[in-house]
Amino acid sequence: MEIAGLTLAEVPGAVPAWRGTLAPTALVSTCVAMRERGGRLAALWGADDRDRAAGLTLHALFIVERALLWLNVPLPAADPTVADLSAIFPCADRMQRAVFDLTGIRHDGGDQRPWLRHAAWPADAFPLRHAGLAGLTPRNGIDDYPFVHVAGDGVHEIAVGPVHAGIIEPGHFRFSVVGEKVLRLEERLGYTHKGVDRLFRGMDFKDGSRLAGRISGDSTVAYAWAYAMAAESLGGYELQPRPLVLRALLLERERIANHLGDLGYLGNDGGFAFGLAQFSRLREDVLRLNQRCFGHRLLMDLIVPGGVARDLAPEMVRPLLDQCDALEREVQVLRAIYDDHAGLQDRFLTCGFLTPQLASRLGVIGLAGRASDQPCDARVAPSHEPYDRLEVRIATRRQGDVAARVAVRFDEIFESLRLVRTLVEDLPRGPSHITLPWPNGEQVGLGWVEGWRGETLVAIEARDGVIRRCHAHDPSWQNWPALEHAIMGNIVPDFPLINKSFNLSYSGQDL
Amino acid sequence: MYKLLKQIVRTGIVTEAPPEPDAALRAVSQRLKAHMLATLGRALTIRHVDAGSCNGCELEIHALNNPYYSLEALGIRFVASPRHADLLLVTGPVSRHMETALVRTYDATPGPKLVVAVGDCGCTGGIFGESYASAGRVSNVIPVDVEVPGCPPTPTALMQGILTALSVGAKATSARRPR
Repeated sequence: MEIAGLTLAEVPGAVPAWRGTLAPTALVSTCVAMRERGGRLAALWGADDRDRAAGLTLHALFIVERALLWLNVPLPAADPTVADLSAIFPCADRMQRAVFDLTGIRHDGGDQRPWLRHAAWPADAFPLRHAGLAGLTPRNGIDDYPFVHVAGDGVHEIAVGPVHAGIIEPGHFRFSVVGEKVLRLEERLGYTHKGVDRLFRGMDFKDGSRLAGRISGDSTVAYAWAYAMAAESLGGYELQPRPLVLRALLLERERIANHLGDLGYLGNDGGFAFGLAQFSRLREDVLRLNQRCFGHRLLMDLIVPGGVARDLAPEMVRPLLDQCDALEREVQVLRAIYDDHAGLQDRFLTCGFLTPQLASRLGVIGLAGRASDQPCDARVAPSHEPYDRLEVRIATRRQGDVAARVAVRFDEIFESLRLVRTLVEDLPRGPSHITLPWPNGEQVGLGWVEGWRGETLVAIEARDGVIRRCHAHDPSWQNWPALEHAIMGNIVPDFPLINKSFNLSYSGQDL
Repeated sequence: MYKLLKQIVRTGIVTEAPPEPDAALRAVSQRLKAHMLATLGRALTIRHVDAGSCNGCELEIHALNNPYYSLEALGIRFVASPRHADLLLVTGPVSRHMETALVRTYDATPGPKLVVAVGDCGCTGGIFGESYASAGRVSNVIPVDVEVPGCPPTPTALMQGILTALSVGAKATSARRPR
């Protein structure tokens, strides 16, 4: 890859990736150039590099022309300030605020309110700095977050959360409504902030793998794979085909299980309890077979650097294939029932509308992006083994409503079933795991995987066999702001349905 | 409608027998008197609180309502407000940012009440432990009756934990499905 004025080095590993250092003054012009080349901002994070005689560093990761571009922007520790990027990439807004909360790197412009920080630590202390929060006692309590106030005749506010009515994660939604119609929704997240980035520091690669698998439990396979890919990329290791095929098998089964669960809840939120009963039964069948084949219902801790922790026994191939047939049959029946159900379709169609233009502008990715005609899928581009030879068919829709997000889920279940069959029928021989020697010195690595929700990224900087800095990025960062747009003009009772159709992670973005 | 009815008939009833209570899951000895438990046991209401979990435990709590476990058929159901609840089912670790919300939810739950801490993180703080961002185990923040370990605990283990919270002794009042 070539970018004018930049020296780029290839990052070894499974995905095509390049890395370079960028002067802070060139950040805006580079971002504009990226945008013009059709690039997207994938992630933004900060690091304290004073332990190696540098200042602070802003890391920006872009997807441009079927490759990842990782730019490091060195900043002086005394005044770590860079330009605001949210005018070029709107999804940068919350990431910039999180970068400030954790590292003190300030963006000059844009929204200056805290994002991940509530009351647990003061505004002038930064958990990811090496001095960190030394001398401070942890605090609880609540802060006074300045929500945007909507004024006008008959406008009132509905405050929801952080403890929600259903069995879901905590977050706060502030609706400004007139009658039943939503004028504006403002999200406030950060309630499940657990200090993940700080915990990674100093961990060895094995412990890091367990933590990565617990950033967002519903995407444990995606995170564990992205993490393992990044760890393997540190040493430039390439795996044999068998563990890679097994990883893809695990990832597709995670996708199937989550889509089945979502389709059930989408039916339920549309007032169709039959759908929940049926789909949750199918989901349970998948989880039970996971337990039999791999020893864990949600497939946690199976993907580790060097391969997979548990090989698939030959006698389990038949049950896996049989389940594909059973699911295909049942989901087809249920899809026909959903499609024919006038009451359900009435709730789904034109509800929670996100236009392709807006989705593109906001940088919406993953499943929600594909339902608004954004054909991005990390199994396709930038791709990696074994997906690069599987010819994954991207499921897209143009309508951008709840119905489109339902349809994409149905399509993806069938495609994942096809992939599972292909993978299992042609399982390469060989060891499922190899022990990797961890090199001394400093290395960087990147992992990039299409989880069921979207692109999942893990970046590692290592030194002498332990993690110096590890950052994991959830696709929910890009998609949460889109939910604020999708609800506008809809009625409050449709919010649970619209929210479920996106089904974003709180824990994954709160870190 | 024909397709729908056909699917219901074809599926049949898949619900399985519930597990027995296990006194080993108790964090403290039973605080509620038998007659209170007898009343709660017939129509127990649960408020789930995610106090900072990775959402893995939530997936398995969801599974309690699938037709295989069918928790609601035992008279136990999830409610939308702590004001309606007899039992809090809390996943953790308790993040510092959720500490106040958890205490308020506990205070808003009318007595007599039970608390079940869920998952390795809820029971011990798990991999997240205690830090600037995490207050660790649930019992660091509110009183806990029963702890259900696991990462995440299986639906059967969760059910067992809930039924244990409702039992007087080890296996005194096991739940029975209505016939």
